[in-house]
Amino acid sequence: MNFGKQLKEGLLTQNPVLVQLLGMCSTLAITTSISNGIGMGVAVIIILTLSNIFISLLRKIIPNQVRIAAFIVVIAGFVTMVDLLLQAYFQDLAESLGVFIPLIVVNCIILGRAESFASKNGVLASAVDGVCQGLGYTAVLLVMSAIREFLGSGALAGIQIFPAEYGANMLVLPVGGFLVLGCLIALMQWALNKSGKGGK
Amino acid sequence: MQISTLLDIALGAILVNNFIFIQFLGICPFMGVSKKMDTATGMGFAVIFVMGLASAICYPVNVLLVKLNLEYMQTVAFILVIAALVQFVEMFLKKSIPSLYEALGVYLPLITTNCAVLGVVLLNVQNDYNFIESVVYGITGGVGFLLAIVLFASIRERLEFAEPPKSFEGFPIALVTAGLMALSFMGFSGLSIPW
Repeated sequence: MNFGKQLKEGLLTQNPVLVQLLGMCSTLAITTSISNGIGMGVAVIIILTLSNIFISLLRKIIPNQVRIAAFIVVIAGFVTMVDLLLQAYFQDLAESLGVFIPLIVVNCIILGRAESFASKNGVLASAVDGVCQGLGYTAVLLVMSAIREFLGSGALAGIQIFPAEYGANMLVLPVGGFLVLGCLIALMQWALNKSGKGGK
Repeated sequence: MQISTLLDIALGAILVNNFIFIQFLGICPFMGVSKKMDTATGMGFAVIFVMGLASAICYPVNVLLVKLNLEYMQTVAFILVIAALVQFVEMFLKKSIPSLYEALGVYLPLITTNCAVLGVVLLNVQNDYNFIESVVYGITGGVGFLLAIVLFASIRERLEFAEPPKSFEGFPIALVTAGLMALSFMGFSGLSIPW
């Protein structure tokens, strides 16, 4: 068990969004403001960790043929719980995330980790993996939503920094999501290439 | 029930609120299988088929859930229905229309985790569509997906010959392309049928 290594993989070298290219839909759709980004990130960390723990506990019981269906049921259960909790205690957030909360069920990150990690590893390692991958996802959401909110509407976490009229409104629209994510992935490839060469 | 409302839904799903470019549903398969024109077309038709069918089947399921006061089970019920449906369609096609099965190939099972399918079902419930409206929304949403992925694949085939900066090679330049396409699709916003 190597917590530091798993954390580094989750945040950088195996980042779910920037390197594994999973979970694009929610990343692009909800990163229009920092509060959305944090809310979604925390929801995914919780669901990913719980489902990883659960699936790793059940990994010897679930027959191989129906494992995907079983994983989806486990994940859908946790997503429903988080969805109801959000609606009860964070109504505003639940409304602005809208249909993307129930859509966490089909977020490829969660099913991907269940299939490639939790179904092969022990409970503790799977829990750590869930937290680390979730943190990596949240980090990307935070960076993207900060860029889009600041440059798009002149605010940071709801605090107005420069007047909204001067913002590039385009970045808050769908176009901005594609462009910012494209640039972030390019940056990541550049950094990985560079550090790879430096290592040799 | 008027034809005009149905046309409005169809226009909205294909152009104004395109699933890919405006609503961000189904980005994973959109990015994943758009490298070649023919696979993109296959995926597009598979999505139309499954989205229409899923809308039709999830409507009575939702009515049943509401009757039993189990609305909070929607997500779980819908994803199970979709997974079962995809499996069933796969077996059915394999037995009776092997040529179509061959054409769709590996894309059928992938559709289970396509968020556009679960998305369209959830949106049907959210918008209070009746049975016919749901089916129309499902099918035209799929048509919008097909349109987007075919256009995108044809651009991407040409991108192969372009020389972007090294860091932008592959995925990032595709995302930027998709961004520009989303920009052009924004031109449709506000479009509606004038009666």
